[in-house]
Amino acid sequence: MTKVVDRSPLTFYERTYLPAILEGIKVTARHFARTVKGDNTAKDLSGGYYPETPWKVSEGYRGAPYLVRDQDGATKCVSCQLCEFVCPPKAIKITPPGPDGPGADRSNAEKMPREFEINMLRCIFCGLCQEVCPEEAIFLQRDYSLTGLSREEMVYNKEKLLRLGGVHAGVQKWKHKAEEAFAQETFPVKAG
Amino acid sequence: MSNAVTNAPAAPSPVEKIRVKVDGREIEVPKTMPDWQGKPQPTTMLQACKLAGVEVPHYCYHPKLPVAGNCRMCLVEFSTPMMDPATRKPVVNEDGSPKMARSVLPYEPQTPRGAIACATPISPGMEIHASSPATKQMREAVLESLLINHPLDCPICDQAGECKLQEYSVQHGQAASRFVEAKVHKPKAVDLGPRIMLDDERCVLCTRCIRFTRDIAGDDALGIVNRGSYNTIASAPGRSFDNNYTLNTVDLCPVGALTSKDFRFKMRVWFLKETPSVCTSCSTGCNITVGSREGVVHRYEPRENDAVNGPWMCDSGRLNYRWIQRPDRLDTVKLRGAPSDWAAATSAVVSLLRGAPKGSVAFVASARQTTEELWLVSRIARQLGALTDSVPREGEADRLLVSADKNPNSQGSRLTGVSFTEMGVTIPEIARGIEAGRIRTLVVLGEDVTKGGIDAALLARLENLVVADILPSPTSEAAHVLLPGCAHAEKRGTFVNGKGRVQRFQKAIEPRGEARAEWEWLQEVAVALGAVEPSRSIEGLFNRMAADVPALAGLEWARLGDQGVSVPV
Repeated sequence: MTKVVDRSPLTFYERTYLPAILEGIKVTARHFARTVKGDNTAKDLSGGYYPETPWKVSEGYRGAPYLVRDQDGATKCVSCQLCEFVCPPKAIKITPPGPDGPGADRSNAEKMPREFEINMLRCIFCGLCQEVCPEEAIFLQRDYSLTGLSREEMVYNKEKLLRLGGVHAGVQKWKHKAEEAFAQETFPVKAG
Repeated sequence: MSNAVTNAPAAPSPVEKIRVKVDGREIEVPKTMPDWQGKPQPTTMLQACKLAGVEVPHYCYHPKLPVAGNCRMCLVEFSTPMMDPATRKPVVNEDGSPKMARSVLPYEPQTPRGAIACATPISPGMEIHASSPATKQMREAVLESLLINHPLDCPICDQAGECKLQEYSVQHGQAASRFVEAKVHKPKAVDLGPRIMLDDERCVLCTRCIRFTRDIAGDDALGIVNRGSYNTIASAPGRSFDNNYTLNTVDLCPVGALTSKDFRFKMRVWFLKETPSVCTSCSTGCNITVGSREGVVHRYEPRENDAVNGPWMCDSGRLNYRWIQRPDRLDTVKLRGAPSDWAAATSAVVSLLRGAPKGSVAFVASARQTTEELWLVSRIARQLGALTDSVPREGEADRLLVSADKNPNSQGSRLTGVSFTEMGVTIPEIARGIEAGRIRTLVVLGEDVTKGGIDAALLARLENLVVADILPSPTSEAAHVLLPGCAHAEKRGTFVNGKGRVQRFQKAIEPRGEARAEWEWLQEVAVALGAVEPSRSIEGLFNRMAADVPALAGLEWARLGDQGVSVPV
């Protein structure tokens, strides 16, 4: 179906631009009045104005991805690089430990990233890194407003990501593996 | 070398053919096929399936190793034509087709009995049910049993991404494990030798590594110890698994049990760009795959070529790649010590060669340069009446793959006429020429001539020293014109190995800084001197060279393929 758009020339009154200006002043005045009265939708949502009062996000909000530690304070990431592989905007860059790199926090996990960088300017908060992670080591958390004064500052390194990420208690499979192996090594000798 | 070469397809002697059916499709296969040593042996079901284009999953079977038949992954259901026990005649159906008898358990005729395809010879009229429900069930059961004690630590396993256990689990495995008991824990991160790390938990006990080191490398260093589910691979007590071919066991290992210490935790394999190339460590010219990511070479792997190296390569060649990434690589063009650019440097070389009186120029071009580059050198030298040679590089050979000649392209140097059959005989003559002041310009490609017979004092006597090299050396420091060159992984070209195999290699990574492939500026110089017609690409240059060099007559870049072509040397 064709919609015919009215293209009739502007009247003299319209060509003075006064009606458009007046319409604009009306909108501004309406918002001004509301603000003076304290009746503002944005303010209602979070009890104040952004950015002085940050927006409160709900429980399941998925903001910036950060690395987490387990309840023993060990880095959970084992540098499998699946998140780096899956990351659609290529925001993640992992430097694997290599043959002579530092050992992992949990010795039987053998491996831990030497460096883990997320370029938050590239990150689109899609959550694929969290979804693909076999170790539950990276989670989209509740930070949504990431600011910095330079591009370099917006590349978060491993230390910063771990600090921001905090602790995520999990099943601790590596710890259980180590315990199970230890039990088998010491069997059947029982102390005492 | 024995195995690598004899494993080439057997001479086309008339081999009797037999007809078998694979998944209902009838095909004709030879009655015998070469085994791992190249000797004719009865064709197995697995080989017949492969000829029919049907993949039978397997762990322990490897075409270049003796058959062990211990992983059971290749179990297949099959039928044979039924025989009448009394008359010894085939039983036929009403329509005249032979009646088939499925293989079943003797005491339980309802249950199909599989046979391992890798070690069961075919017989006339046999039908292999490579994808029947019973075969699938057998595969699933075998895989489930192999996974019982597997640690499932793929996130920290270097094999992840090229692991047969992962691949077959996707194809034939189950989503969840039914095993509820505690897994048997075995030693992890065992130091098996200077280059090998062993993880016993991941091992499926296929014994490929044991058979390789015993039968191919000739070093019976590995074996299986302990019983039952505590079976582990181990080296003989007090011995280290340290022969020069240990890293082949890492390629052979279908799972992540044997991993390379050099490649350990360096990069996940799915990030690696694989480029077909040729090893440069000796004149054997083993075919390799260069694994690189973002301009960094992470590993070499052998690439199968039965005419050269089979599927193997030596450890020393495999680990000889770190120099490509050395931080002190030459990466700036220098003219009389000052940074310059390519246009200025090339025209400087052209003008000093053009103005040189006949006999006042000499070339030392390394036999590590590509054949194309050596040919350009020889053409320029012919134009100028200059002496040319390469520097010989001798070492120790072994009985398998390592050659005594450590130059990858000695034959290329000989075929293009840069050096004589006895390499290095002209170098003393060049040295005498410099001493006498006859030779005033020396062009050196990829060699430190101070170690090759022309010492620093002689170099100081030269009016012009043009050096193209990759790494700094006393020669490059003395250069008047310094042209940064490319490693083989940074350019394209061909090498001719010791036996006359012309093999091409591709570019894996970008050259460092201002470095450029040597053939590019050599060609500019040669064209300016009127020694050759210009070619726009390495393909054109190779074809032009092949038309000029008698030994390479009739060759074309496109015809070389990834396996190379043999020429008489």
